[in-house]
This record gives sequence, C-alpha cells and structure tokens, in this order.
Amino acid sequence: MSATSPTEPGARLKLVSGLLVGLYALITLLPLLWIIATGFKSSADAIAYPPKLVFEPTLEGYVNLFTTQTRQTPEMLAADPPTTWYERIVSEKGMVIAGPSRFGERFLNSIIIGFGSTFLSVFLGTLAAYAFSRYRVPLKDDLLFFILSTRMMPPIAVAIPIFLMFRTIGLSDTHAGMILLYTAVNLSLAVWLLKGFIDEIPREYEEAALIDGYSRFHAFVKVVLPQAATGIASTAIFCLIFAWNEYAFAVLLTSGTAQTAPPFIPTIIGVGGRDWPAVAAGATLFLLPVMVFTILLRKHLLRGITFGAVRK
Amino acid sequence: MAEVVLERLRRSFGATVATDDVSLVIPDGAFVVLLGPTGAGKTTLLRLVSGLEAPEAGDIRFDGRSVLGLMPAERNVTMVFQQYSLYPHMTVRENLAFPLRSPRLRTPEAEIARKVGEVAEVLRIAHKLDNRATALSGGEMQRVSIGRALVRTPAIHLMDEPLSSLDAKLRADLRVELKRIQATLGATLLYVTHDQIEAMTMATHVGVLDQGRLVQFGSPREVYEDPATLHVAIRLGLPRINTLPADLWPGAPAGARVIGLRPEHIATGRGRAASVQRVEHLGDQTRLHLRLDGHEIVTLIDPDTDLEPGDSLAIEPRNPLYFDAAGGRIDRGDRR
Ligand SMILES: Nc1ncnc2c1ncn2[C@@H]1O[C@H](COP(=O)(O)OP(=O)(O)OP(=O)(O)O)[C@@H](O)[C@H]1O
Ligand SMILES: [Mg+2]
Repeated sequence: MSATSPTEPGARLKLVSGLLVGLYALITLLPLLWIIATGFKSSADAIAYPPKLVFEPTLEGYVNLFTTQTRQTPEMLAADPPTTWYERIVSEKGMVIAGPSRFGERFLNSIIIGFGSTFLSVFLGTLAAYAFSRYRVPLKDDLLFFILSTRMMPPIAVAIPIFLMFRTIGLSDTHAGMILLYTAVNLSLAVWLLKGFIDEIPREYEEAALIDGYSRFHAFVKVVLPQAATGIASTAIFCLIFAWNEYAFAVLLTSGTAQTAPPFIPTIIGVGGRDWPAVAAGATLFLLPVMVFTILLRKHLLRGITFGAVRK
Repeated sequence: MAEVVLERLRRSFGATVATDDVSLVIPDGAFVVLLGPTGAGKTTLLRLVSGLEAPEAGDIRFDGRSVLGLMPAERNVTMVFQQYSLYPHMTVRENLAFPLRSPRLRTPEAEIARKVGEVAEVLRIAHKLDNRATALSGGEMQRVSIGRALVRTPAIHLMDEPLSSLDAKLRADLRVELKRIQATLGATLLYVTHDQIEAMTMATHVGVLDQGRLVQFGSPREVYEDPATLHVAIRLGLPRINTLPADLWPGAPAGARVIGLRPEHIATGRGRAASVQRVEHLGDQTRLHLRLDGHEIVTLIDPDTDLEPGDSLAIEPRNPLYFDAAGGRIDRGDRR
C-alpha cells in the first residue's frame, strides 16, 4: 500500500474531482462550442431543426462578416470567374464582393479602447493603491469610501449627463472619450483590489530596499511591483472584461469612428437577412482577445500570493 | 566607516516612549552591543539611526555631520532586520547583489560576482546561490540577510538579533567571523542581541536599554562587574545574579534594600547555613541550587562535589552589589 499524506489527496479522490471539474467545464463551455460551431455552418445548417451535430464546415460566415456583397447576374459571374477562395464562396451564392465590411475597424476600436482603458486603470490604480496603502493620507477612509461609492449605482444611471457632457466637450464617438469613460468606471475597482494586494506585501521589503541604497520610487518599481504582479494581472483581467464587453455606453456614445464591436455585431443581423453564421463568427473572434490575454497572464494568476521570506 | 553620535534622541509612539533621551557615542571601528528586555526600544534605536524612523527630538551625527535630513539610502548604512526580509521574487544571488546594483553604487558586474562569491563563502551559502530566497531554511535566510549587509562598506552596520535562529555551532562560527570583519576591516557595528555570550565576546562597548532609556554604557567587563542598576545586573551573567533581601547577612550599607550576588561571588564554608536543593551538571559548569530562609540561591561549584540534596552548606557574600528600593546601585565606585 502506498503511504497516505494528509495534504496530498488520494488517487480515487483525484479521479472523482477530475470528473466533476470536467463535467462542470462541459456544461459551461457548451454555449461557447455552439457559437464556434455555428460560425462554421452554412446559413441553412445554422437554423436546421433538429440541430445538426455533424455538418460540412464552411468559411461562409467569416467571409460574410468581413465583406459587403452585391448580387450579380450569372452572365457577369461567368465572364469574370472568381480567383480566390473567398470570392468563390461568394460567387456560389450568385454574389460578388463589393468591399470590406466595417467589422475590422470596429474590432480594432475595441482593442484600442479595451486595452487602453485597462492599461490606464491599472496604472493609475496601482499608484493610488500604493499611496493609500503606505502613506498617511488625510481623510483616507473617507476617500476610499468615496471611490467605492462611485460604483454603488449602475454606471448607466448617469448615461444621459455623460452623453450631454461628451457632446459639449467633443468627446462623443472618440477613442479618448471611451477610454476615459471606461477608466473612470474601472478605477474604483482597480484601486480597491490593488490596495488589498499591496497591503499584503510587508513594508519590510521596501525598508530593506531603502537601506540597500534605493529611492522610494526605485524600491516601488524593483520590490513592490514584482510582488504585486499577481494582483495587477487579475485586476487587469477584470478591467479588460468590463471594458471589452460594455454595451450600453458604447451604443449611446459611439456610432462611427470609435464604435466598438459589441454594438456592431448585432447590426450584422439586419444586413441581408438573418445571417447567423456571420454573427457567430463575429462573436467567436470577439471572444479571442480576452481569452488570449487571460492565458498569457495565467502564470501570474496561478502563482498565488508569494509566500514571503519574512519571519512573522 | 564612521564615528556615530546620538544626542538626546527621543521617539514615541502614542503614549509609549520607545526612545527616551538617548545619548551615545559609537567610536569609529567600535562593536557596540545593545541589550535590553523585549520592548525596551532596541529596534527603534536602530531604525532611528538608519533613517527609517525620524526622531522627535535630538540629533544623529556621522563623523560630525548631522544625517537627520537624509534618506536611508543617503546615510550609507546597512541593516539586518529582526524580521529578516529577503526579496522573495529574487534568487539568493540577486538578493546579495541587490545593494551593489543600487543607483548609488552601480558596481561593475565582475566586482559584484567577486563580492557575492566571497560573502557566500564566509556565510556558507555558496551552494544555495541560485535558489529562490523563499526556498531556504530560516537559518539560511538569516545568513543571506547578513550577507546583504556584508557585501557593502557602510558608515555603520546595524544588526537586529542577526544570529538568533542559527544552531550553536554556526552561531559560534559567525560570531568569530563578525568579530574578524570588525577587527580587520575596522567596521563600525551597532548590534542588538539577547545572548550574553554574543555581548561579552564580540562587544567593545555594551549599552543596556530599559523602557527606552540608556541605563548604562561601557565595556562589557565594566557593565558586568560594576552595573549601574539592578536591571543591568540581571541582564548580564549566566546563571543570573541572585537577588536577595539586603539584611540576610550583616554589613549592608544604609539604604540598601537588595543584595545582588553573582554565582561566583558566594564563598562557601562560612557564614549562614543553607540547604542544598539540587546539583545540576551542565557539562561546562556545575550549578548548585541552595535555599536560605525561603530564598532560592544559585551558585557554581566544582564538578566532583559530593554534596547531595538535603545537605547543609554555609555561605557568605564576597564582593556583593547593593541596590536601593528603586533598583539603583548604592556602593558604586567604591569597588574599583
Ligand atoms: N511602529 C510602532 N507603532 C507603535 N508602537 C511602536 C512601534 N514601534 C515600536 N513601538 C513600541 O515601542 C516600544 C519599543 O519597541 P521596539 O521594537 O524598539 O522594542 P525592542 O527592544 O526591539 O523589542 P524586542 O526585543 O521584542 O524586539 C514597544 O513598546 C513597542 O510597542
Ligand atoms: Mg526588536
């Protein structure tokens, strides 16, 4: 018999918990798999009933997502045969590609605004959290409560004033406006989360660095930041998820130049019938950046809070 | 290295006065050991010198120049913390190199490698250099944090119980090593310990703190043989000094309330009869526990004694120390 350890679960327990986790993952991932699959179906397969589990994959949805098309007569199509794989897909429906769709721009807007506001929230949040954690700030508790209180009502409750304000100062439908707005909403969360993480880092490390010949700023960069990496990474993910998925403000405040993907994707439905595969393709692509970002940062998330080398 | 002068330093935390009017001259190249019970203000004093804490009153001068307005980095001191704090996101090597890489020093890499290697050798952590700082035992962490001080040549080394979690052998070795560094490099050290062997073997000067006040400052022998107060007498000496009512033997000076008898200050064979309670063989010394008029007395005795519990032994003070009701010495100065 193998020896049992009080901290290491036994083989059977591991198997059971593995199965449970697998089952849970299947349930939560099913809608996602459905969306991804729909993106590769033809329009007919997408609405077939009962749903088709086995189907012939096609990139039609993706081509429709990225292009605008017009109907063409068979004679003209025959005269100018398609040369690329995507032109061929389109011509089979009796259409030709008229130009690129807006999706690319909107997606890029989402990236600029989502990552821009995430960076700004985390940057400002870290500085503020450090100050709140380490310095004697007058009215500290009141200020922290005030910062938290900005999140006590749904942000959309102030949509009208913000709409009017943005229009007056010319921030409507601009990248800068949306970045500022999302940063303002995310900052309270960032300050509170990060303050919790920085509070956990013993002051002794900074004091040691001060004595080792570093300025306070250097000590912050060299000693506090690396240890706060876990907190910064998880805060960044929270901020990005909010800014990335935000719909209401985006609908209200953007229409052209700075429109993000969330308000754009539903408009696909209206163009040329119910093109579900194109919507699903857009949703699939929309999921990717947050997923990649989270996977890139997972090392920091999993490492957990560093067990300090401080004797308590 | 520098002469460090503390002048009438004061620092309090709320109602607690952690440092109370402390004046102290640490000569260049001196090894000053601070003793005192827990909460006496030893750590606070080191933090004041390092610049991590600012005094409410008083002055601190390095080589005649006040350092009060200077940041810790500008004071050029090292500090081994009581809660030794290695940077957990760095390896042992990076921890040791960290002070050398500071914007102040900007040591060339070759020089860093040489110094780190040297110090790691001395502290016997060379085989752990590439470990993460968190993957060390308590004693190893403590040595790395001493190492982080020893890679530099500061105005003064501040050390807060640096040897406390090491085993007896390593502690003895490092005692010798620290003493050698002080003696050959002329380093100035301000060193906190609870261990009287460390105090007696390494110190050129001993300072005794109690409730924030510096009660006595002098050479280890002076502080041991001529303590200013009962408190100081208790801090040094193993076994502890025996404190008994002054009238147990005739001859106490006027005002004396307590007689302090070091174990070696008890003459046997004459005086009052005490009963033997216990004989303790500790290897290097043999302790004899006696009882006289309901008071416990400990003295040292020859290892091959044939005394047994229940025997009677006459004892008499030899060179006793007398203290008044407040714990102050009465006959100080008469003795030497
Ligand atoms: N930051 C602080 N805030 C409040 N009180 C403090 C602070 N630092 C020290 N004190 C108080 O000052 C007194 C002296 O503390 P200090 O840490 O200097 O003692 P110490 O001699 O180092 O004790 P030990 O041997 O236990 O380390 C204690 O009563 C302590 O409670
Ligand atoms: Mg202390």
